[in-house]
Amino acid sequence: MRPAALWRPAGLVVLLAAAAVIPLAKNVTITHVGVFVLLYVGAAVAWNIFSGFTGYISLGAAVFFGTGVYTVALLSKHLNLAGGVVFALYPLAGLVAAVVAVPFGLIALRVRRHTFVVVTIAVFFIFQLMASNFSWTGGTTGIFPPFLNWDPATYDMPFYYTALIIAVASAVLAWAIWGSRFGLQLRAIRDDEDRARGLGVKTMRVKLTAFVISGFITGVLGGLYFYFQSEALPQYAFNPFFDLTIALMAFLGGFGTLSGPIFGALLLEPYLGYAQFQVSNAYVAEGVLGALFLVVIIFLPRGILPTVGEKLTALRASRQRRAAERATGPPPVPPAGATVAGSAAGPGARGAS
Amino acid sequence: MGTFLQAITDGVLQGGVYGLMAVGLTLIFGVLDLINIAQGILVVLGAYLSYVLWTHLHIDVFVGLLITIPAMFILGVGIQYLFIRPLRGRERTSMSLLACYAVAIIIEGILYQIFGSNYVSINDYWTSPQAEFKVFGYYLPYIYLLGFALAVIFVVAIYLMLYRTQFGRSVRATMQDHTAARLIGIDVNRVAALTFGIGVGVTAAGGMVFGTLNTFNPNTGYDLISRLLAIVILGGMGSIGGALGASVLVITLASLVDVYWNPEWSTVVFYGALVLVLVFRPQGLFGRKEARAQ
Repeated sequence: MRPAALWRPAGLVVLLAAAAVIPLAKNVTITHVGVFVLLYVGAAVAWNIFSGFTGYISLGAAVFFGTGVYTVALLSKHLNLAGGVVFALYPLAGLVAAVVAVPFGLIALRVRRHTFVVVTIAVFFIFQLMASNFSWTGGTTGIFPPFLNWDPATYDMPFYYTALIIAVASAVLAWAIWGSRFGLQLRAIRDDEDRARGLGVKTMRVKLTAFVISGFITGVLGGLYFYFQSEALPQYAFNPFFDLTIALMAFLGGFGTLSGPIFGALLLEPYLGYAQFQVSNAYVAEGVLGALFLVVIIFLPRGILPTVGEKLTALRASRQRRAAERATGPPPVPPAGATVAGSAAGPGARGAS
Repeated sequence: MGTFLQAITDGVLQGGVYGLMAVGLTLIFGVLDLINIAQGILVVLGAYLSYVLWTHLHIDVFVGLLITIPAMFILGVGIQYLFIRPLRGRERTSMSLLACYAVAIIIEGILYQIFGSNYVSINDYWTSPQAEFKVFGYYLPYIYLLGFALAVIFVVAIYLMLYRTQFGRSVRATMQDHTAARLIGIDVNRVAALTFGIGVGVTAAGGMVFGTLNTFNPNTGYDLISRLLAIVILGGMGSIGGALGASVLVITLASLVDVYWNPEWSTVVFYGALVLVLVFRPQGLFGRKEARAQ
């Protein structure tokens, strides 16, 4: 095993260990922002499982998030649930979101590219309108959970670890899908949907499955949000900003890669969370987010990780070539070692970065 | 019967105004193959410009268009030049959509910073009770008619530009086939920039009428863009007549629901119609199948 191959697992272990000990510092602000960071890591990974792998940009993830929020909110309101038992509702929130994802996907996935994006936006607005207009959702006043009699110093801890588990589980799921037959079918759709269908991929079924999986995870995260933020309001449960933020995170880190969305969320959400606490005017933070988005799209169109990965691969290849030249003198034939190393590092690095 | 007629009239007249905004959107889509998701907030920006000119300088909103339309045109060309043109590569389409979204967020942030989140409206002569006349027993404000007339003038002007001028010929060629247009010597970049400018420029007129008829704040942009997108898809993406027809149809429908059922639900009917059309006729009501397949 080359030493370089150890970097990735080692980095993951360090990251996980850091994530696990952060709440032990007992800093309420850091833990609170930490829950948001993990929530967005999970949501960005879930978004990427569908949008990143298939190339269908969805701006309707907040539909699943809001469905999750309202599922937990309504259940705990009508069943008078309070306390630790609410954590058992999260999978249910995911299930309801997954059920919503089926008709949503059946309609939206009939169209492609622009029209798909627009349909997801339209469905999103339908849901937001329903949440604020139906009486059983509490309308614009929303639903508030019963007061949880927990110690404020450690209030966020259970949410933190639950979010950590969900985020890690989604990342593992994304990794498992990536290399599987199912993942290959998704990526084939991304490259050329008509050809994929010609080769026998049941495109509708495959796309819909990914859409539902993505919806399930996002719904679970929405369920978590309800007790964590103690509110279910139409404008925050179904938030257009949520859609945009997770898309930006995925694009920032690397659209359609495995670690890109995680990296993007880890990079961006601390800033956004911090801005929420510190910047007196949230609109300044919003403007900065937009500007950042433009910079990323124009200068790093493929995201930070793929761009850096390419640079590293090129650097490594040229260093190996130079080492080979020093050992044998200027080679009359193309250096075999360099090309082998290059090709071994090339697709591998891109595939997993 | 009176209510019915009024709902229809309101719908048709307001539909013309939405049609004007939607024509800008669909024109940009046809030429640049990009959905200008910032169109909603640009309409709001246009409304705010008219509002500022009226409130601070007491320039009549119709006269103010002489300032706001060129200003919005230049802004549009600038956005295209700075943020849309540099985009390259396989994900260009999605990227350009997201770039427009980013522009929208920035404009929204700036508007909130300057005007805050309070709802405002342009309270000039046109919204006062004197500017109404009686028709068949109910009152119709002049601004409805003038707004509709303005929309018709602009749409006709765009139509004439597209079908009667050399520039319009280049635009239509670019809409049909980018590469072929480039090969026969059309400066596609210039066409794209000017089209984006025109598409954004008409939002100044649309925004002015919208701001006179409605109250607005920076958040109104979301509501507007979702309506406009629904209209453009219903009409068939890239079809100018379709955008106009669909907007009159859908706004009339919403206006009927508004009157007979509940104002809060009129928007849902809107999207419901969109979903139905997409299920049964994915290319839109007036669109050709796979008009812009790539």
